[in-house]
Amino acid sequence: MNLHEYQARDILRRHGIPVPPGEVAATADEARAIAARLGSGPVVVKAQVHAGGRGKAGGVKLAANPTEAAAHAAKILGMTIKGLTVQRVLVAPAADIASESYVGIIVDRTSQRPVLMVSAAGGIDIEEVAARTPEKIQRLAVDPRYGLLAHQALGLALQLYRDIAQARAAADIMQQLYAAFYAVGASLTEINPLVTTRDGALAALDAKIVIDDNELDRRPDIAALRDTSAEAPSEVAAREAGLTFIKLEGTVGCCVNGAGLAMATMDLVKYYGGEPANFLDIGGSSNPQKVVSALRIITADPSVRAVLFNIFGGITRGDDVANGIVQATKVLPLKVPLVIRLTGTNEEQGVQILKQAGFSALTDMDEAVKQAVAQAKAA
Amino acid sequence: MSIFVDQQTRLVVQGITGRDGSFHTRQMIGYGTKVVAGVTPGKAGQVFDGVVPVFNTVADAVRETQANTSVIYVPAAVAASAIFEAADAGIPLIVGITEGIPVLDMTRVLPYLHERGARLIGPNCPGLISPGRSKVGIIPGNICRPGRVGVVSRSGTLTYEIVHQLSTQGLGQSTCVGIGGDPLIGTSFIHCLSAFEADAETDAVVMIGEIGGTDEQQAADFVQQTMTKPVIGFIAGQTAPPGRRMGHAGAIISGSSGTAAEKMAAFARAGIAVMKRPADVVPLLKERL
Repeated sequence: MNLHEYQARDILRRHGIPVPPGEVAATADEARAIAARLGSGPVVVKAQVHAGGRGKAGGVKLAANPTEAAAHAAKILGMTIKGLTVQRVLVAPAADIASESYVGIIVDRTSQRPVLMVSAAGGIDIEEVAARTPEKIQRLAVDPRYGLLAHQALGLALQLYRDIAQARAAADIMQQLYAAFYAVGASLTEINPLVTTRDGALAALDAKIVIDDNELDRRPDIAALRDTSAEAPSEVAAREAGLTFIKLEGTVGCCVNGAGLAMATMDLVKYYGGEPANFLDIGGSSNPQKVVSALRIITADPSVRAVLFNIFGGITRGDDVANGIVQATKVLPLKVPLVIRLTGTNEEQGVQILKQAGFSALTDMDEAVKQAVAQAKAA
Repeated sequence: MSIFVDQQTRLVVQGITGRDGSFHTRQMIGYGTKVVAGVTPGKAGQVFDGVVPVFNTVADAVRETQANTSVIYVPAAVAASAIFEAADAGIPLIVGITEGIPVLDMTRVLPYLHERGARLIGPNCPGLISPGRSKVGIIPGNICRPGRVGVVSRSGTLTYEIVHQLSTQGLGQSTCVGIGGDPLIGTSFIHCLSAFEADAETDAVVMIGEIGGTDEQQAADFVQQTMTKPVIGFIAGQTAPPGRRMGHAGAIISGSSGTAAEKMAAFARAGIAVMKRPADVVPLLKERL
């Protein structure tokens, strides 16, 4: 789950990291009031959406006074950046920047440890730095049993700052960021840029935090930060029904048990000349109600021309899925053709249930995908 | 032979009285796995289905039954704790079926296992099966046949699909291992490839990867440098959009890395025959056996 910049700033501030003041506004009037409260200096108005490249898209503007802040906010609010509508803006004092660096923590899959990454090339896309000039990024794999040790943090900080006071301040920030990383259950925490101002102080000007979805059950305070307005409504509905769903652009709706098989099914749709309309994993259990929800979500997409079920029974039982399909099509009469592939646990019972309801089922995955693609094209 | 599990496997089931644990324990016993103990705190003294003694702790189970392998079906919130406990009890092979364990829990679990020389398979995996010998986890036994092809995969049902293709077309398996769909897992492709290379009863290996991370690329290097047996590879997620988690926590393309195209190219460079779809597995294997 991605957090917004203003939410990430709050978390860093609570962990003792110096974060400049600033508040979030949902209207131009609120933005004007915040700018006035921040004093007489210029402010920056920043779109709060889960997308990179906000500045390039016109979602970040400098304002000389509260009236200008309101005018910028009016333009940015409601703007669409990478398909996402801006609902809020952050209004913060414009910093007087002397230098910009980067500090981030991720879990590295290869070393299986949290890795602290720092770079003097802050303020720009760190992935671009990593791709073009990897030597400009210093990395340190942290032993999670001991945490980020003071001398390790100072060693990295000295690569960023010559001034010992600044290096010490940066080392403190790194340790605080590491503490925040574990405290909120993050898979990424990042300060970009970490700036020094003309008076020599350090501050986290922009922050990004991504939470591991598996942490949300035990961290209700973090789960409450989810902004469902930033997600496709079909994906919100799917999550509430206990399904994993991702909307794509094609015409063949896919309902599959298991993530790997779901991806392979989408790939096979493409292989036979079609385009998948979605990724959908109905999961291991085959509660008929889940099948009903899945079918409702898939067929709500007007571009879907055919629906393909690909079920390989293991824990999932063929008869349960068959019952779910029969129930779902009673509640929700289908306007598009349905192709069902069913094999594995309780295959015979499942096929029988479908047959009695007037559906036929295939046992071969390739054959089912070919038929679904052909039907989607004919429709 | 086979890898990791066989007739010598003496299994303790952690979470044996739970919904999933009890269902799959019956399946494993039915398949012929030696299930010697179960663990559910507070239920010591019970006997599961009249045959499997239940203990409060894994240490008690090991002392009383000489269990040498553990399988974990407990909920995600307590799964890391169950893995620590199994390792502390001296279990050398731990199979974590549970999905949804926080990655930061795994950053603490994995070094602990490493220090004690314990191997974890998973988490978030279907377990493993050496057909005709032993099954630990949830892979349906009836789709497997004993034979000489090793299978290693990050997925569950996609593995079943490919094993089904093998079995119905006359190619049995030595061992099928699901290593799990999470970003941090205990046993990598390389560990399995290396075990299959050393197994006298495995002639070829099918490796089923997916988008996200670089495990497949590292496995490709290993195949090129070390393996003498033929390897066939598949990557799921050619049509997956970047930046989205495709069901498995580990299946996400970050920036331009972890794509299916990149992994398939690494396979091809290493001399691994690349399947374009699951149905290619048998023809490609037959060309190489």
